[in-house]
Formats: sequence, structure tokens, C-alpha cells
Amino acid sequence: MTSAGEGRRGVTVAVLSTVVFFTLLAVAITHAPGWPEVRRTFFNWDEFKASMPEISRAFLLNVKIFMIAEAFILVLALVLAVVRSLPGPVFFPMRALGIAYADFFRGVPTILVIALLGFGAPALQLSWVPLSTTFWGIVALVLVYTAYVSEVYRAGIESVHPSQDAAARSLGLTHWQSLRKVVLPQAVRRVIPPLLNDFIGLQKDTALVGFLGSVEAFKQSQIDAAATFNYTPFVAAAVLFVALTIPLARFTDWLVLRDRRRRQATGT
Amino acid sequence: MRRAPAILLVVLLSMLATGCGGSSNKASDTTATAAAASCDKGSLNLVNAGQLTVGTDNPAFPPWFGGAEKAPWKVSNPYSGQGYESAVTYAVAGKLGFAKGDVKWIVVPFNTSFAPGPKKFDFDINQISATPARAKVVDFSESYYDVNQALVVVKGTPIASATSVAALKPYKFGAQLGTTSYDYIVKNIKPSKKPGVFDTNDAAVAALKNKQIDGLVVDLPTAFYVTAVQVPKGKILGQFPTVGTPEHFGMAFEKGNSLVSCVNDALTTLRTDGTLASLQAKWLQADAPVLK
Repeated sequence: MTSAGEGRRGVTVAVLSTVVFFTLLAVAITHAPGWPEVRRTFFNWDEFKASMPEISRAFLLNVKIFMIAEAFILVLALVLAVVRSLPGPVFFPMRALGIAYADFFRGVPTILVIALLGFGAPALQLSWVPLSTTFWGIVALVLVYTAYVSEVYRAGIESVHPSQDAAARSLGLTHWQSLRKVVLPQAVRRVIPPLLNDFIGLQKDTALVGFLGSVEAFKQSQIDAAATFNYTPFVAAAVLFVALTIPLARFTDWLVLRDRRRRQATGT
Repeated sequence: MRRAPAILLVVLLSMLATGCGGSSNKASDTTATAAAASCDKGSLNLVNAGQLTVGTDNPAFPPWFGGAEKAPWKVSNPYSGQGYESAVTYAVAGKLGFAKGDVKWIVVPFNTSFAPGPKKFDFDINQISATPARAKVVDFSESYYDVNQALVVVKGTPIASATSVAALKPYKFGAQLGTTSYDYIVKNIKPSKKPGVFDTNDAAVAALKNKQIDGLVVDLPTAFYVTAVQVPKGKILGQFPTVGTPEHFGMAFEKGNSLVSCVNDALTTLRTDGTLASLQAKWLQADAPVLK
């Protein structure tokens, strides 16, 4: 619909308005009366360089927590979603349990689940209960995010038209075979973008495990900030988190785009 | 309509040009330090005129604060004048000419005590160790207490039989965020396990009770409170030898506040007339074996 000339003009206007907008924003911020102090306490290059190596090392713990938690969440959430979609009155107790679980862990703030498990479970003083705070932090994140992700899976399962299941059953597949070979492959593909969205959330929430005493990136930045009375280490930690989440966010965008193109190409 | 972006650009650029004139209110900051000479109550640089506004964290823990819990304060009541920091504050306030009723306490979480911008308190007294790095951001009074770090352990655990700093290396330690206790662990004990760092005193104590950490490093007077009240099975294994420059607590002021010199004069008087020593003797226990 647009000619090449209009397209070029569009790009020029976009570039110009972007430049003007951010220049004005920068001018407004740097001319605020408190800017010199804010720059000194939040954007201090020397503090940034000094704190970055240790915060980066601590950030490895965030990555580790994220990777371990994500593996468990992907599996457990799928199990929960399948349990909640079981048909028939026989499975009512399991469905009810699944609903109660999802309601509870989506309702309680993540930081509270972490605090309750991290300090509560080891307080039982049972010899077989692990004491590691990082362990309990991971357990708490798995419990909370399983509740969220199971809802995502469930939305995917319910988005597959019942005729798909009916067709599979009419071909002689059992309920489980139909679920595994017909429904889930379609359901999971559809929910990959929202799944990745939840994982971006999980990446950030690994910082909450620091509440239990584990020295992850945010906790390390707090330590540095408290030692120097300078908040620049917070900015350093933020940079690390953003550096990890932005590629995942762009990847999600790309997946959505590719999926849309495919569906348009096949014309369904 | 096509011209609209260009016109918009011109308007924005002209706003930008006029916006450049707004940065000339730095001069007023320097007048504050000029008044340093006088410490009359009337000429003090105060947040609220006629009132000494003092910040500390909530809960305010013994032995630094005492008295029966009174809302909004938990565990104790800074207005009581009981506990070392409360007593020192009222002694300083008295020297500056304030009546007891002129002192107002506000809750200042440790993490916000050093936030940039104008402060809501005249000074903050919260067991803050005065270090050169921190002094770049806030001004500290002179020492009102020279502090040593101490180690709290649970009776009957393996670490409880250690007698030297060197024997502590294999254990897991904890400290509270923002304390120099953490620095002491990392720089001087150098344990093989990464220490835990807790946002609050309560969280650190919970971890010690749960045996999630083997030892809790806190300042010595706090160690007495932890073992007496918070961890009944706890014991003070000892206090740590001083490494490098001795550590001290200072009251924290907004950078460049002229009130610092007046508070320092008051502290000097209180030190020379023996008030600080007698308040320490009254409120703080500081007698524990020094770990070799």
C-alpha cells in the first residue's frame, strides 16, 4: 500500500522523532537540580567498574537457579495442566487439588513463599531436610512458577478444538494417545511465546532468593552499595539482568512472527 | 499534515534551548557550611526548627535501644532514653540545648539512610560503621562507640569448640546486610564456604537457629542480645581481634551539614566528662574472650 518514497519519509520521521524525544528526556534529567548527586550515586563509572566483576560472579548463581528451576517447571506444570484437564467425575479430587494448588501459589507473593519455605522447612530440624537456602529458593520458585506455567499450558490445551480429539478418538486412539500425539503437540506450540514470557519473569525473580541469604547478583549489589553508600552497583546488577532477558524477549518476538507467517502461508 | 513533524521538531528544539537555563540553583548549598561557627540552639541547621529529628531503623534492637515496645516502634522504644544509642542521643541533645520533648524519632531503614537528596533527619544513629568509602557520601560524627566484631554459635555444634580464627575456615558464616561484619568474614576469616548475607537481624538469627549457617558475625553488644534473647542455645564464641584501623560507630549526617561539628563538640564533652563511658558501662556488655 505504501510507495518507496513514503516508506523512506516514514523512516526519517521515526529517526528524527526518536532522537528529539530522547534528547529532550536526557536534557530534562541532566538539568534536574539533583542530577549531579544522582549521577554520582547511581551512575558512577568507577563504582561500576569496581563492583561489576563480583556481581558478575554472583550472577552465575542467578543463571544456575534459573536453569534448574526452569527444567522442573516445564515438566511439573505440564503434569498439572494435564491433571486439570482430565475428564470425568472420577478425577474430580485431582482436578480440585490442581485448582487449589494453582490458586494458592498464584495468590501468595513469591517472596513470602521463599521466606516461608527457606526459613520454615529447615526449622523442622529433620535430618533429611536440606538446609541450603539456595535449594529452598529454587523449590519455592518451582512451586510458584509451576502454578503460572500450568495455566499457560492449560490455555493451550483448551485452544485445541475438541474436533481434533474427537477425530483422534474415532481413529481408535485412547485418551492418552490422543492427548500425547494430537492435542499436546498443537497446544505446546501455540503457547511457546507466553511460556517464554513467564521465563523472563522467572529470570528476574531469581533475585528474590537473595532474601534467604544466598549471595546472588542483587544481594551482591546490595552488599557493595551498603559498603560504599553508592547505588551504582544496583545499576550494574540491572545491566546484567537486562543483558540476559533482552535476547530472550527478542527471540519470543521472532517466534511469534514466524508462527504468524506460517499460519498466513498455509491459509488456515 | 505532512509538515506537522517538522513544526513539532522546531517547537521541541526551542523548548530544549530554553530548558538549558534551569541549572543555577547550586549556589544556595554552600551557605549551609558558613554557619558552622555557632552552636546555639537557635542557629543550628535543622530539618524542623526547634526540633532534633533523629532517624533509626525499626525494629530498634537492644542493647542499642530499650524500654517497652511502643507503636510504631517494635521491640523497644527510642523515646525511652534507655539503651545505649537512645541514651547517647538524649545526652547529645541535652548538650545542644534541646529538652527531652524536642527530640523526634523517625523510622529510617538502613538502606535509605544514605539515599541521595535532602534527608528527613538531622542525623541517623543506627550502629553505622564510619568508613572512608561511606564518608564520601554522608558526613559522620566522631565515634560514639568503638566496636569489635564477635562470633555467635549454637552450643554443641562442631564450630563451638573452635578456639582460633584459623580454625574457623571450614564453616559457613552469616552476617547482616550493610554491616562491616560481612567485610570481616570475607577479609579476615576467609572461610571456604560463601557466607550468607541477610537483609535483617531476624533473618540472620533464623538462619543460625536453623543451622543454615554455623556462625553469625555481629558487633559484640548485639552478640550479647542475640545470645540472651534471640537464640537461647547460642553462645558468644569470642570477639575478633581488630585488624587494621579500629572500627567505630558514627552518627550519619547529610553531606556538608554544619550540625556535625556541633554534635562532635557535644560528643567530645561527653567523652571527657566520662558520660559516654558510664553509659557504655550501663547499657553495653563488652567482655568476651578475644579469639586468637
